Amino acid sequence: MAQTIQPPRSSDNIKDGVKYNRNSGSNSNFEMFGWLFMRMSGIVLVVLIFVHLYVNLMVGNGIQAVDFGFVAGKWADPFWQVWDLAMLWLAMLHGSNGVRTIINDYAEKDSTRFWLKVILFAASAVIIVLGTLVIFTFNPCPPNATADLLPSFCSA
Amino acid sequence: MPTETKDESAEPASKVELPDSVAGSGEIPSFDITLRVRRYLPEFYDEAYWDDFQVTMYGTDRVLDALHKVKWEMDGSVSFRRSCAHGVCGSDAMRINGHNRLACKVLLKDLNTSKPITVEPIKGLPVEKDLIVDMEPFFQSYREIMPFLMNESAPPSKERLQSAEERERFDDTTKCILCAACTSSCPVFWTDGQYFGPAAIVNAHRFIFDSRDDAGDMRLEVLNDKEGVWRCRTTFNCTDACPRGIQVTKAISEVKQAILSRKV
Ligand code: HEM
Ligand code: SF4
Ligand code: FES
Repeated sequence: MAQTIQPPRSSDNIKDGVKYNRNSGSNSNFEMFGWLFMRMSGIVLVVLIFVHLYVNLMVGNGIQAVDFGFVAGKWADPFWQVWDLAMLWLAMLHGSNGVRTIINDYAEKDSTRFWLKVILFAASAVIIVLGTLVIFTFNPCPPNATADLLPSFCSA
Repeated sequence: MPTETKDESAEPASKVELPDSVAGSGEIPSFDITLRVRRYLPEFYDEAYWDDFQVTMYGTDRVLDALHKVKWEMDGSVSFRRSCAHGVCGSDAMRINGHNRLACKVLLKDLNTSKPITVEPIKGLPVEKDLIVDMEPFFQSYREIMPFLMNESAPPSKERLQSAEERERFDDTTKCILCAACTSSCPVFWTDGQYFGPAAIVNAHRFIFDSRDDAGDMRLEVLNDKEGVWRCRTTFNCTDACPRGIQVTKAISEVKQAILSRKV
């Protein structure tokens, strides 16, 4: 046969010569919650991302105002810390789950699929952990740093 | 009682009166087309290839008529399935100019006849010969959603009554002829063939929303599988492909909603 694909749900459960697999699947709701999460996080991300873009690029001096001091100022405010944290986590989980779907679709071998997912989950975990750490431990005026490398408000 | 006798002078039902001024307008226009058929002959060649056939066809002809002409008059080895030739049996779904259609429902005059008309087997199922694919994976997922009425209660003496509104709830999905045009148009099904596919979900919908059926929960459980409705990405290819005009994507989303409303 020209293109040979596995028959759907290849673990056949044959009863009286008729293939029924209905009891062989796990009763997990994982894919359902994944589907729900994509839609819920999508709605929240629209608000988070567009307010983020508006505040950073449009308000006041707009994009000209974005510099080290601007970021430092935002992360000194708990409101923007929580905002950016939510954006980081939701975008990372949403994006990673989306890429997981794509890997499930396009990986042809189980081993390829497995390793692509290991790389994906490791990369997402590193970015989520590092990002969270940066948002909460960011110090714009580290002690013992050369003064001319620091923003002006540090000396104040 | 006098029986009706055949009147020899009766006009045929299809007779059309034409004024003399439009001489020749009763003729059906004819045109030449190139039918480009995807051939696969595993006994002779390992690879599939394209075969072009030049045929003169008429304005009333369908792609199936062109295939018949090729098979009956030019190359008898061209293989395809068809049975009813009238859009009822669902055996001649194929990819015509890249779209899944029934060959018996596509008029040649509606296609661009200045370019070759491509005819390929539906995608995602193993090709056996030319346009003939192995439908078993398709029917396997159809069987899994238990496409039959299940009702444990004692049968009433006459019939299981249903209101017109209750019947309307699943009317659209009763129209399926199992041609596989939808499932084999779905990019998710193409990837690995494990997805249940739109046709199985349409036929599950037909029983899930039938007020006389009691096994809706079992079918929803089957379709809550990792290869079930959640793999649908709402591309609408299935709705575009369905020769019965079933709102396939809508039916799938109704099944998703039914699972969600029971679980969340
Ligand atoms: C702006 C707000 C966003 C909305 C409303 C949104 C919405 C969605 C929805 C509903 C899906 C599921 C599609 C389906 O299953 O058919 C999805 C998939 C996806 N999203 Fe988002 N999303 C947003 C932002 C993002 C961001 C910021 C990223 C990257 C970090 C992202 C990456 C993805 C990926 C990779 C997929 C999978 C694509 C696929 O299934 O083919 N999205 N998105
Ligand atoms: S839903 Fe439409 S396209 Fe799909 S198998 Fe049934 S009739 Fe064919
Ligand atoms: S031959 Fe029966 S549907 Fe086309």
